[in-house]
Amino acid sequence: MKIIVLVKEVPDTYGERKLDLETGLADRDASEAVLDEISERALEVALSYADSAGGAEVVVLSMAPESATATIRKALAMGAASAVHVTDAGLAGADLGLTARTLAAAIRRTGFDLVITGNLSTDGSGGVLPAMLAELLEVPNATALSSVEIAADSVSGTRSTDDGNMRVSAPLPAVISITEALPDARFPNFKGIMAAKKKPFETLSATDLEIEPADVSAAASIMTGIAEKPPRSAGVKITDEGDGGTKIAEYLIANRLV
Amino acid sequence: MTDYSADSILVLLETTPTGELAKSAAGLLGAASLVGTPVALVVADGGQAQALAEQAAGAGAERVLVVETDGTQALTVPIVDALAAAAAAVTPDVVLISNSIEGRDVAGRFAARTSAPIAVDAIGLSRDADGVIAHHSVYGGAYNVDSAATFGPLIVTVRQGAVEARAEARPVAIETLEVQPSGAAAATIESFEAATETSSRPELRGATRVVSGGRGLGSAEKFVLVEELADALGAAIGASRAAVDAGYIPATHQVGQTGVSVSPQLYVALGISGAIQHRAGMQTAKNIVAINKDPDAPIFEVADFGVVGDVFTVVPQLISALDERKR
Repeated sequence: MKIIVLVKEVPDTYGERKLDLETGLADRDASEAVLDEISERALEVALSYADSAGGAEVVVLSMAPESATATIRKALAMGAASAVHVTDAGLAGADLGLTARTLAAAIRRTGFDLVITGNLSTDGSGGVLPAMLAELLEVPNATALSSVEIAADSVSGTRSTDDGNMRVSAPLPAVISITEALPDARFPNFKGIMAAKKKPFETLSATDLEIEPADVSAAASIMTGIAEKPPRSAGVKITDEGDGGTKIAEYLIANRLV
Repeated sequence: MTDYSADSILVLLETTPTGELAKSAAGLLGAASLVGTPVALVVADGGQAQALAEQAAGAGAERVLVVETDGTQALTVPIVDALAAAAAAVTPDVVLISNSIEGRDVAGRFAARTSAPIAVDAIGLSRDADGVIAHHSVYGGAYNVDSAATFGPLIVTVRQGAVEARAEARPVAIETLEVQPSGAAAATIESFEAATETSSRPELRGATRVVSGGRGLGSAEKFVLVEELADALGAAIGASRAAVDAGYIPATHQVGQTGVSVSPQLYVALGISGAIQHRAGMQTAKNIVAINKDPDAPIFEVADFGVVGDVFTVVPQLISALDERKR
């Protein structure tokens, strides 16, 4: 069983995140870069299965700038057996279509029985990539799973939507995405951090994957405008002196909110 | 094959397990009507098709394409196949799909299958001389970003509740579409349990007023205070992730980075510290009121009106003041 977990480096949501108003790209120097929490949970699903079932190999895959190496290594320290880092200056600012084609090519090259991703990244929040990969890889998708059971030849779980909960299953190979209902990830320990330094870490360019990032014959999504909203400023703050509720009622009435 | 307007916007409408159009339908058709001629696609059991098509026309669909399903239990793929057939017939400028869990999957597969560019989580659409532009609010509402296709149709997932525009009702014009299954591998839906939560309260997404509770409420029992104020204001109920993680309320009520993003007229935060992840989901609200014991809680940095105090004394007083006014 070969499980590929997609991991993403994102700006830490605990700090201020910035976009470059000239290029429209994420300003990676403006905030701390971290492994997205949902990526860690996805990795935990794979590692828990590997712990309980023998013979499972967990590979982490990321498409990210060269600077993301340390973040990807954290996934190795947590327990993944090897890492594949797709990095290429030509892929900076890639739209979802180019990203999906590149990742699908890397997944095919690595070989897989199961691909696990988070349901939504904290920066892009698109949530469409798992289904795009499933289509390109010609395998089933089972997304937004709040519980996952992996067997030797199938994967199943609970998929929660606005309408209710469904049980879904798919034969392997397949692509699944998981929600934050799944458990927190383990912390890398000292032994894991030391071991990570010796684990296989493959770096691939777009050319290695036979991807042509500048191919203008493929339709693409482009950013045509960007503006920063002025930060919200604080209004009135009072301390309750026995009339806090009444004061709020007065505020609501004065602003025609009730 | 019939002719379709050159500015056709193909809108995939979702249906509920009870055979109604999903709430997202009106906003999707409203968004479509701003930039072109809305053509709706409904994928449903044969018996429901006529009623659904009438609802779609009532919400502004110029034409309604119906694909009848055969009770398939395959996930996502049959809807993608129907959408592909509809897009081939209509050759739309834009395909609009709800940014729901199912909608995202359909959009992703369809975009990958047709090599079409995709714009995600749009909050609005407009058209200029070069074509249709999707508007996005990113990084928790800190930036407004526009996107467009270099050429060809643009696939757009539209944030639920974000579009206020509504289209005028049209006469019902139904066409049934035959679909050749693609045979793409799909997961199987083994069972389905409809959400049991029935509530007379407004739905969180798209609500004009929201009252949210955080860990400051202390327990699931005491979270009732949030419900009482919500009912006094006619508001939907939200929660911080801390309150959801503590089990006070189901995750469907979570507002924030990883939950629902809301932009109501009024947002009331009770016992919510205002971690940046929570603020990312609510700071575009028009008016924010916060009550918190901690004077240094970050929620006060974005609140228009903040009260440093105990929610268990301030909120009951607020509710009785509101009751007083109603008399």
